[in-house]
Amino acid sequence: MSKLLNISSSPHVRDSSSTKSIMWDVIIALIPATVFGIWNFGINALILIAACVATCVLTEYIWQKCMKLPLTVSDGSAALTGLLLALNLSSKFPVWMAILGSVFAILIVKQLFGGLGQNFMNPALGARCFLMVSFAGQMTSFAYNGAVGFRYLSGKELEAITGPTPLAVIKAGGDANLLDMFLGNIGGTIGETSVIALLIGAAYLLARRVITWRIPITYIAVFAVFTLLYGGFDLRYLALELCGGGLMLGAFFMATDYVTSPITPKGQILFGALLGILTGVFRFFGASAEGVSYAIIICNLLVPLIERVTIPTPFGKEGIKDGK
Amino acid sequence: MSNATFRGGVHPYEGKELSSDLPIKTVLPKGELVFPMSQHIGAPAAPVVQKGDKVLVGQKIGEASGFISANICSSVSGTVKAVEPRMLLNGSNATCVVIENDGEYTGIEGLGQERDYTKLSNDEIRNIVKEAGIVGMGGAGFPTNVKLAPKEPDKIDYILVNGAECEPYLTSDYRQMLECPEEIVGGLKVILKLFDKAKGLICIEDNKPEAIAKMEAAVQNEKRIEVKVLKTKYPQGGERTLISAATGRKIYSAMLPADAGCIVDNISTVIAVYRAVCRQTPLITRVMTLTGNAFKQPVNVNVRLGCSHAELVEEGGGYQTDPVKIISGGPMMGFAMFDLNVPVTKTSSSILALTQDEVAEQEPTPCIRCGRCVAACPGNLVPQKMAEAALNDDYDTFVKLNGMECYECGSCTYVCPAKRPLTQSFKQARQYVAAQRKK
Repeated sequence: MSKLLNISSSPHVRDSSSTKSIMWDVIIALIPATVFGIWNFGINALILIAACVATCVLTEYIWQKCMKLPLTVSDGSAALTGLLLALNLSSKFPVWMAILGSVFAILIVKQLFGGLGQNFMNPALGARCFLMVSFAGQMTSFAYNGAVGFRYLSGKELEAITGPTPLAVIKAGGDANLLDMFLGNIGGTIGETSVIALLIGAAYLLARRVITWRIPITYIAVFAVFTLLYGGFDLRYLALELCGGGLMLGAFFMATDYVTSPITPKGQILFGALLGILTGVFRFFGASAEGVSYAIIICNLLVPLIERVTIPTPFGKEGIKDGK
Repeated sequence: MSNATFRGGVHPYEGKELSSDLPIKTVLPKGELVFPMSQHIGAPAAPVVQKGDKVLVGQKIGEASGFISANICSSVSGTVKAVEPRMLLNGSNATCVVIENDGEYTGIEGLGQERDYTKLSNDEIRNIVKEAGIVGMGGAGFPTNVKLAPKEPDKIDYILVNGAECEPYLTSDYRQMLECPEEIVGGLKVILKLFDKAKGLICIEDNKPEAIAKMEAAVQNEKRIEVKVLKTKYPQGGERTLISAATGRKIYSAMLPADAGCIVDNISTVIAVYRAVCRQTPLITRVMTLTGNAFKQPVNVNVRLGCSHAELVEEGGGYQTDPVKIISGGPMMGFAMFDLNVPVTKTSSSILALTQDEVAEQEPTPCIRCGRCVAACPGNLVPQKMAEAALNDDYDTFVKLNGMECYECGSCTYVCPAKRPLTQSFKQARQYVAAQRKK
């Protein structure tokens, strides 16, 4: 045998999943909501999505080139950030602002803190909140008057159909059509409206074991309990709150972001519970009808603390104190 | 009802079909055999032969030199060629007795003859096991006579025979369960004689239905022995996971199986006990699996200890493709060999020759904190945080995160989508902490 043998520390086999396959799984899971969003809000939505994805990927590429870092754009994480950000924007949001938000997400929230795996909050939500404080008017202006199909809407048309989201209507004491909210035939951000499309994606993520039930289900369950208590056990009100706003998108796709959620099983449950409470507080006692994105980024910041108090007990040491 | 198991673990590609249907073939060595004096946990044995001495099959050539140590017996007859340091599997040098095989296989008196264990006292049995140089043949190499002499023998409730063979590719235990179930039962009965209250459990993963059927038939009339079927999952055959799955009891790093009323022995070890006590044959052979896609024809072999790995590969029929990586043991916990001119020892379970090195093909990328390592860890640890501490040389944090509870099964590294070498960092940190504690 002339060739030298490879040596390395065990184990010598690896599972087939990779960072890239996981990121692509999440992108695949977002396809139903994305396609529905484009159908619902028109080609305007597609333009925003394309702009955000392209800007995120390009920003990461340029940064890594300039800083002479290994190029990681092919892992799909920047594209995913762009997609998530776009799905969190109104279809009539100005494209240049979306591009600015995308640069903020990748450059400030992700790369300046060390890149993939090091960001302290979800980059897409960080950017959404940045845009919210910078351009509150544009961020909260929604256009909807029935699904427009895959069609481009001019500025005039958009102006003509501007109106509040069902969640805002409900908060103001009005009512909304529950079935429309479930199917997504309502106004809102591009990706948040269709509960059914999001649930299909969530089922895919759960089936592929990309996410576990712990964060999203605890989040939704605790929020549901909070809503029942607040709404005086009004089941219709509960259903409207569950289907409205960014709850489903946030619970299954944003709160479950690996980097910014706890790694410990108990921590994930605590994280989900905190999200449920905070979302309830923001939605019912805050100025806005929305609360999901702020709840998530605040809980993102609590992750190190949550992990510290939820380190699991090692095998065999259950019921033994101080390791003795 | 689903079969017993543990929390965590992984399901790697099994690869057992390569060699599972191939009967064990006996291979006789040529030329010289090398017997390292250190092939067990504990103090190395002291050589009791000198250059030029004639030795017989089964003759003691190394004497246990402490409480935790083990005898070494010659597997061939011939002449002692040298007593000198030779290289072992891991690249270190250790004193070895080198014997030139005369090819006669002349045995010591009584070798291979039957003996009725029921007429022996418990102390006599323990002494025979000690004299025979039997150690745990699953990999750790802990002297079996020490295991069989716990402080409180009355508190032993279970003798677990570990037939899980959860490492991918390995089929040596499986073949032995099919081919010599009566020796396994025989060895277990010898051990049960030492512990009046104990029950014998032969633990087998449910991916080996034929072995389960064979062993169930073999224990049909044994009141004190049962076959326990376990779920197929790596590391089901780990001591802690096995005890927990089979008995519901749990131990951690500072406890011995005996603290939970258990003694765990590997299939091969139990057979070695049977042969030593009932056939007057010390530990001089073992069954190995030569497998992996580099081999022309995978094979299960019964091999004399001391035979060189290189010779064994030839005996096994050689390679069809040059291997890229050769592993002694299974792919999850085995050791990557860089030189095959090293002897087979009591704990050598296989030669796994692969034409592809999955590890070299995948560069580690940043951790994305996906938590799969946490879900996979059978020890309920947080590998992601332990690795962070280990890589920062922050050993205090590593210990606080229960890093010393890790037994390096490799499950976390197997599942890591970022392909990070977690287990490697734990091995280094654990070695460092253990060394500091000794100071």
